[in-house]
Amino acid sequence: MTAYARRTWIVLWKDLLTERRSKENLNALVLFALLFLFLFQFALGADRERLQAALPGLMWLGFILAGLLGLGRSFLAERDNDCWEGLLQSPGDKSAIYLGKLLANLATMAVVEAVMVTLFGFFYNVSLWATLGPLTVVIALGTLGLAAMGTLFAAMTAQVRARELLFPVLLLPAQVPVLLATVSATESVLLGEPLSAAAPWLKLLAGADVVYLVIGLLTFEFVIEN
Amino acid sequence: MSRTPRVLGWLALAGLATGLGAAFAYAPVEVAQGNVQRIMYLHLPSIGTAYVAFALVFLGSLAYLVTRRLGWDRLAAAAAELGVLFTGLTIVSGSVWGRPTWGTWWTWDARLTSTAVMLLVYVGYLLLRGMVEETDRRARFAGVVGIVAAANIPIVHFSVTWWRTLHQPPTILTPGPSPIDRSLWLVVAVNFVAFLLLFAYFLTRRMEIARLEEEVTG
Repeated sequence: MTAYARRTWIVLWKDLLTERRSKENLNALVLFALLFLFLFQFALGADRERLQAALPGLMWLGFILAGLLGLGRSFLAERDNDCWEGLLQSPGDKSAIYLGKLLANLATMAVVEAVMVTLFGFFYNVSLWATLGPLTVVIALGTLGLAAMGTLFAAMTAQVRARELLFPVLLLPAQVPVLLATVSATESVLLGEPLSAAAPWLKLLAGADVVYLVIGLLTFEFVIEN
Repeated sequence: MSRTPRVLGWLALAGLATGLGAAFAYAPVEVAQGNVQRIMYLHLPSIGTAYVAFALVFLGSLAYLVTRRLGWDRLAAAAAELGVLFTGLTIVSGSVWGRPTWGTWWTWDARLTSTAVMLLVYVGYLLLRGMVEETDRRARFAGVVGIVAAANIPIVHFSVTWWRTLHQPPTILTPGPSPIDRSLWLVVAVNFVAFLLLFAYFLTRRMEIARLEEEVTG
C-alpha cells in the first residue's frame, strides 16, 4: 500500500512540478475564467438581479468549461518524448497513475475555481464570505465527480484523433447528474440555507463520486495499455 | 452462417404483423385520448427494447474487458446501435403522442429528460467507436465507456427526477393513464415480443457484419 501511495505521489508531484515550471495550463485557464465572466455578462445583459439569479448555473458552466479545457489536456504531455511508454513500464498497479493524475487535476481545478469564485463575487457584487464553508463542500464534491470521470476519458481521448471533439462529447452527457446536483445545491447554499437543505443533492453527488472513482480505478489499466 | 438469423427475421415479421393487427383491430379505442393512444403500442415496446439493448451493451463491455474476446465487443457495438435506434424511436413516437395529448412536442419532464440524456450518452459511445481504428483499442475504450454509461443510468435517473420534483410542483403532464386495461397490456406485450424478435434479428445480422468487417480489415 505504501508503494502504491508512493507511486501515486510521484505522478502527482511530477505533474505539479511540470505545471509550476511551465504554468501553461494554469495561466490560460485563469484567463479563460475571466473571459467567461465577461461573456456571461455580455450574453445576459447588465441586469444585476438576472445575473445573480443565474449565478449558480453560470458558476458551474464556468467550472465545467474550464474542466473540459484543463482536464482534456492532462495526458497530452505524456505523448511527447515517449512518456507514455515510461508510464506503462512503471511497476505495479496502473490505477496509481490514475489516482496521481486525478489529484493533480483536482489541484489545478481547485486553483481555477478559487479564482473564479473570487471573480464572481467581485464582478457580480455578491458577498460569498458568509457561505464560503458550505460552498466549498458543494464545489469539492462536484469537482471530484467531474475530475474522476474527466481524468479517465482524458486518458482515452489523448490517444484518439479528434481528441478535442470527442472529450466533451463523452464527458458532457455523462456529467448531467453532477451539473444538476451541484447547481441545485449551490443555489440553496447561496440563498443562505444550511447544508442540510441540500442534503439529497449532496448524497447524490457523493454517491456519484464514489461510483465514478471506483470505475476509474478499476478500468484505467484498460485505457492506457498499448 | 447459420439459418437462425433468417428464421428470426421471419418470426419478427410475423410478430410485427400480429402486433400491428392487434394494435389497430383488437385493441379498443381509448376513451379519453381516442385513436392517438395507439401510439403506446409502438412507444412502450421501443423503450423496453432499448433497455434490453443497453443491458447487453453493459454485458458485452464487461465480458470483453474480462475475457478479451472480440465477440463480446461486437455484441456491445451492435446492441448500442440498436439501443440508440429504439431510444430514438421512443422519443419520436412520444413526441408525436405528446403533441395532441399534452399540447407540446417536448417538455422537460423527468422521464423525457433522462431518456434524452441516455440517448446522448450512447451516441457519444458510437462516436468514440467511429473514431478509433485499431480493433483492439476500440474494443477496450468502448468497453470502459459502455460500463460508465450503464453505471450512470440510475444516477441520471435519480438526479433528473429530483431536479423536476424539487424545482417545481408535479406537472399536470404526468404521462400515461395509470389504470390501463388488461386488453391494452396484452397488445403491448404482443408488440414487445415482436420488437424483441426484430431486435434479435438485427443484432445477429449486425454482429455478423462486424465480424466480416474485422476479417477484411484484419
